[in-house]
Amino acid sequence: MTAPQAQPQPQPRGPEALRAEGIVKRFGSVEALGGVGMQVAAGEMLGILGDNGAGKSTLLKILTGFHQPDAGTIYVHGQHQTLNTVDRARALGIECVYQDLALVNGLSIYHNMFLNRELLKPGPFRLLDHRAMRERAMDALADIGVNIPNVNLEVGRLSGGQRQAIAVARAVHSDAKILLLDEPLAAMGAREAGQIIALIERLKARGDIAIVMIAHNYAQTLEVCDRVMLMQHGSVTYESHAAETSPAELLEIVRREYREMRGG
Amino acid sequence: MQQRNDPARAGALPPRRSVAARLTELALRPEASVFFVAVVLVIYFELTANNFLTDANLQTLSQFVAAPVILACGEIMLLICREIDLSVGQVFALAPFIMEKAYNAGLPVVGAIVAALIVCAMVGLVIGLITVHLNVPSFITTLGMFFLITGITLTISRGFPADTPGNGLLNAILGGWGYAEFLWALALVALMHVVLRHTRWGLHTIATGGNAIAAAEAGINIDRIKIGNFIITSTLGGFCGILEAFRIGSTDPLAGGSNIMFLGVASGVIGGTAIAGGAGTIIGGLIGGIVLGILQDGFTLQGINAFMFDIIIGGAILLAMIANIQLARHRGMRPQ
Ligand SMILES: Nc1ncnc2c1ncn2[C@@H]1O[C@H](COP(=O)(O)OP(=O)(O)OP(=O)(O)O)[C@@H](O)[C@H]1O
Ligand SMILES: [Mg+2]
Repeated sequence: MTAPQAQPQPQPRGPEALRAEGIVKRFGSVEALGGVGMQVAAGEMLGILGDNGAGKSTLLKILTGFHQPDAGTIYVHGQHQTLNTVDRARALGIECVYQDLALVNGLSIYHNMFLNRELLKPGPFRLLDHRAMRERAMDALADIGVNIPNVNLEVGRLSGGQRQAIAVARAVHSDAKILLLDEPLAAMGAREAGQIIALIERLKARGDIAIVMIAHNYAQTLEVCDRVMLMQHGSVTYESHAAETSPAELLEIVRREYREMRGG
Repeated sequence: MQQRNDPARAGALPPRRSVAARLTELALRPEASVFFVAVVLVIYFELTANNFLTDANLQTLSQFVAAPVILACGEIMLLICREIDLSVGQVFALAPFIMEKAYNAGLPVVGAIVAALIVCAMVGLVIGLITVHLNVPSFITTLGMFFLITGITLTISRGFPADTPGNGLLNAILGGWGYAEFLWALALVALMHVVLRHTRWGLHTIATGGNAIAAAEAGINIDRIKIGNFIITSTLGGFCGILEAFRIGSTDPLAGGSNIMFLGVASGVIGGTAIAGGAGTIIGGLIGGIVLGILQDGFTLQGINAFMFDIIIGGAILLAMIANIQLARHRGMRPQ
């Protein structure tokens, strides 16, 4: 479907960190993404909004190397890259808070925080350094102000918001240069959400990190993001600088698209 | 992650635990209950069968325990990542015949053993590839392997037992000496315990079984983890069969089989490994194997017949499972 583009494409500020062009992804007969492009610059925060099933998470999972696109190209810091594994994307500085949080309930908090990037003791046997992981995990959690009594606790014993905080802390404390957040505030209490937003804004202020956040709250997204992008049925239908649009306008566009889709 | 010296950290440190708290934690470990059962059984049989704790009987016991424990080491890894190998008892029987063929073809004993283990590892690789890449549940893959390998062993042996090659010290080390096989079992338990609790491989095995999607999202290659654990299990199975061959001096083509495989799985399950995956303990498998051995040996000394033994084993497995599930509710901590 071809959406009327209301405005010229807003250009990102700063050096480009991540760009995707013409991303297509099919799951069997379902076309989750039908040629999607996006870009985000270092020091910039892009918000992605859209209906359930619009393809937002699928796009993110392609950018983390979890899914392979059926077509399209990805550039990381200006270089064409094939993100064929999660490790590859991670090596390029791409970190993600997945919508499902990617936590293993039966493992402790600190094991989850270091999942697949465990700290090892020096020596030939490559043994896990449990103590160092425990201490750093406590540091990271204290740093984002989450109230977790004990990092030995199994993640399955935590509340939904606490689990989300662990997933955010894990991504944030990994020296990522490109941070992808899939509804990072969905299960959070107001105070904790405020803390996470403050943390994200601190990261943004550093100027060298590009952040992409998927969210459903228009007002909140416009408040924290520099640019927003609207996705519907596997396509980008609208893009704007956050300062140049409003929740009401976005809602109106979503409604219009929806009517057009139903009608046509 | 960056190193931080945050003053807030001091507050986040868990408080020092009291002795009582530590003991409670120890008592709630999955291994603890089965260890308690083992101690009670030893006392019971020592009191009722007067020759239980004798050197001769302990040797018998150790020989009965060794094979299930070695097989349990592999099966526990597989159970943790939500797989199972029903064919490990068949590999157990196959390995000594490969060793004999290689020895007769001119390889030294150690070379023949290595050749046999490589064949076993290949069996594990094939099981893993079929299971992971063709999406066949391992229950089915290894059920097929079960019959396939039985047929291969019977074919290459033509149905006759094989004599174990070698003699002297090497022979004693590899199982000839009374306690050799049990010491091998202990060494392998120690090794696999370290692998499970203190290496990335072990942690990724737990993650794969606990939440495969999360593990994959974290970048863990779950296919590799599963295939690797099939290889470990088959290789341990083959090595165990070779140890038995050295202890007994010959191998019957119908050795091992489903009986030894199920004893291995039962050892793991009694020891506290969840069949649902995501959690397990190698030490528990050792103690589980010892409990099974004590039951078998103790009841044999008491003169209880083999049919009765199966009833008791069945009951023991059911009780252990119920106990583990009930105890798991009281555990929130993952002690390291
Ligand atoms: N692994 C998968 N297998 C098959 N179909 C999938 C898979 N993942 C996503 N889809 C399909 O792709 C489409 C887009 O899903 P996606 O998760 O990207 O939506 P979303 O925009 O993140 O929605 P939400 O706001 O509900 O999280 C949906 O129709 C979904 O059913
Ligand atoms: Mg989503």
